[in-house]
Amino acid sequence: MKGLLDWLDHRVGFRDLAKEALYENIPGGARWRYVWGSTLTFCLAAQFITGISLWMAYSPSSQTAWESVYFIQDEMTGGWLLRGLHHYTAHVMTVLLVLHLMQVMIDGAYKAPREVNFWFGLALLGLVLGMSLTGYLLPWDQKGYWATKVATNITAIVPLIGPALQKIIIGGSEYGHHTLTRFFALHAGVLPAVTTGLVVAHVALFRRHGITAKEPKRKRDAPFWPDQVFQDAVACLAVMATVLFFVLHHSLLGTPGPLGVELGAPADPSEQFSAARPDWYFLFLFQLLKYFPGETEIWGAIVIPSLVFGVIALMPFLGKWKLGHRFNLGFLGCLLAGAGLLTFAALREDQHNPTYLTAVKRAEVVAARVRELAKAPAGIPAEGAVALLRNDPLTQGPKIFSAQCAGCHRFGGEDGTGKVPNNVQSASDLKGFASREWLAGLLDPARIDSTNYFGATKFKTGKMARFVHEKVAAYPPEKQAKLQQVIAALSAEAQLTSQLAADQRDATDITAGRGWLRDEFACTDCHQFRAKDEDATAPELTGYGSRKWLINFITNPAHADFYGERNERMPQYGEKQILTGQQINLVADWLRGVWYEPAK
Amino acid sequence: MNKSGGQPPVAEGRRGFIRKFLAGLIGAVLALIPAGAGLTVLLDPLRRKTSASGAVPVTTLDGLPADGLPHKFAVLATRTDAWNKFTQVPIGAVYLRRLADGKLQAFNVVCPHAGCFVDFVAETGSFLCPCHNSTFTVEGKIADRSSPSPRALDSLEVEVRNDNEVWVKFRNFQAGSAAKIPVA
Repeated sequence: MKGLLDWLDHRVGFRDLAKEALYENIPGGARWRYVWGSTLTFCLAAQFITGISLWMAYSPSSQTAWESVYFIQDEMTGGWLLRGLHHYTAHVMTVLLVLHLMQVMIDGAYKAPREVNFWFGLALLGLVLGMSLTGYLLPWDQKGYWATKVATNITAIVPLIGPALQKIIIGGSEYGHHTLTRFFALHAGVLPAVTTGLVVAHVALFRRHGITAKEPKRKRDAPFWPDQVFQDAVACLAVMATVLFFVLHHSLLGTPGPLGVELGAPADPSEQFSAARPDWYFLFLFQLLKYFPGETEIWGAIVIPSLVFGVIALMPFLGKWKLGHRFNLGFLGCLLAGAGLLTFAALREDQHNPTYLTAVKRAEVVAARVRELAKAPAGIPAEGAVALLRNDPLTQGPKIFSAQCAGCHRFGGEDGTGKVPNNVQSASDLKGFASREWLAGLLDPARIDSTNYFGATKFKTGKMARFVHEKVAAYPPEKQAKLQQVIAALSAEAQLTSQLAADQRDATDITAGRGWLRDEFACTDCHQFRAKDEDATAPELTGYGSRKWLINFITNPAHADFYGERNERMPQYGEKQILTGQQINLVADWLRGVWYEPAK
Repeated sequence: MNKSGGQPPVAEGRRGFIRKFLAGLIGAVLALIPAGAGLTVLLDPLRRKTSASGAVPVTTLDGLPADGLPHKFAVLATRTDAWNKFTQVPIGAVYLRRLADGKLQAFNVVCPHAGCFVDFVAETGSFLCPCHNSTFTVEGKIADRSSPSPRALDSLEVEVRNDNEVWVKFRNFQAGSAAKIPVA
């Protein structure tokens, strides 16, 4: 073994290299305050390992980015841990950068002859933040998509070259495949390569000038190994423990949430996302922009941050003045306090912003739903997971209903999305439409006049209402029992999933009810039921409330099979192309309670 | 700088040893966490099985002349590709032969040598792999001893269902070995 090592040492000289690395002199001995640079190097190494591993499963395109991250997170063994480590190490790194900068400032390690190395450090700060910014977009979820859009839109306000610069960065006029390929190349290629080069230069210059020892020296000089290495290792261990705490925090604290990092719903350019925020370390810049009205945005977004960065870069020279060092410390202190205050203001504002809070809640629901759909037997289609949500009645139905139907109708007293509309209800409440309970209400003299049925329409005084008030109200008990069979029969026409068991159980009642419906109750005097009737004036009862019936009804309520010319004000949604066929299908399926549910 | 000018003294004794040992141990643990997570994800494919399923209909007897010659057909089936699921997409191809006596023969078109698609050459009446010149007889057997392929073309189970439909149990096999081992 020794022979082999000697052979290798003769050729590459690793013993000298190790000696140089390990036996650097630390004036005054090892100290905890010197650990920050090492923790950052460690984080960077961890990011390279986890990043390259993620790279092996990540696919940068607008149809596969979210999907591959979902696959890493939910399907691949250990994927949640890998992604969690990468994500939270990036966060911890931001904090460590600030701590490192503070230590360098306080100890005066930025002053001559270390100016260039200070600038290298500032450049590294920018590069790490750049990797954070580019990495935020890569999962291609709603949060990253909309927050990064804000950042890239800011580049467009740079004078003269802004719009061209923006186009180059996002790879076109709109976000798409090339935005991801570019951000990924920056995130995993360009920025890490430049960072690596600068770290090497940073450490080399640091070694050249030696450590800036904190005076007074408390102990004898000592070499880097083993005392300082030991303290650095303990600090790195604390860093890793912090990262692991965040990765596991939901299960450690018992709060609801996934292991590792959350993954929002896939990016959808047509889907508003009011919860878009940059990650916490950019919140102060986000907040700052709120104070610059109109065309003055450039001051908050570019001029002031550039000036501040300029002052920091000049600190080695400012520090030469008599009070320069104190000014520098004061400036940095004010800057950090200011950023802290802005961050606090941003968080506080959001906590009192109902739009934001609703959007966050809604985002969680949608994110959970899309993962449910992605795990369904049908899997994720080639056009991407966003199609799962666009074709999901549970996701789209309420939105279509609140936009198109809730102007008159209600759904359980609400607009379908959980809000109570501020207009007056002027048409029926469609929650449970065509169910036995709903039909029992329609045929109840006490309820038919309520706004949940005919109350607010012209049909309040129509034939059906008169029939209920005059005939049904006078039914003796035995006919009331038959009415229940009629209701069961009519409701069975809808083939509602929620009533499948009841429909099967009550098959004999339903058969009887169909008979009563035609003869004893004379529904077919006005309605058409299971036979062509040219004289029918009221809505078709064959397949009443079924998918086909409902779609046809929404498409054209003024069709002869439904209200015909007596249609009051319901728009012909399909006929007049107010809604697309697909939208009508979605709202019909949602009203009928038909959507994918995972097996329990 | 050290006043004596040379290297400062290295911490020695038991305290020094414990520090060295702990520094090494912590370093190893720290390297293991990200590397372990990365390695677990890297090895994830070993845990997964092929999405190849049972028999699938490939053609009908009407579409397969009883001339004893191999005819190539695409095999359509459901394929799971990581997060995507595709239904009725080509997952491979087979050569089907229908003999005069009605017997059917099916081969995977992939050469068992290195995985190229073999061609049937009408002039010679045999299969030829365009990559390394492996040759097979019309029955799928190795044609001559200099053929690089370690085994005959991979035959597949084939049967007629509902009088007319030709169903094949499609499988891929590991290339390069003399034994016919299905790809898991």
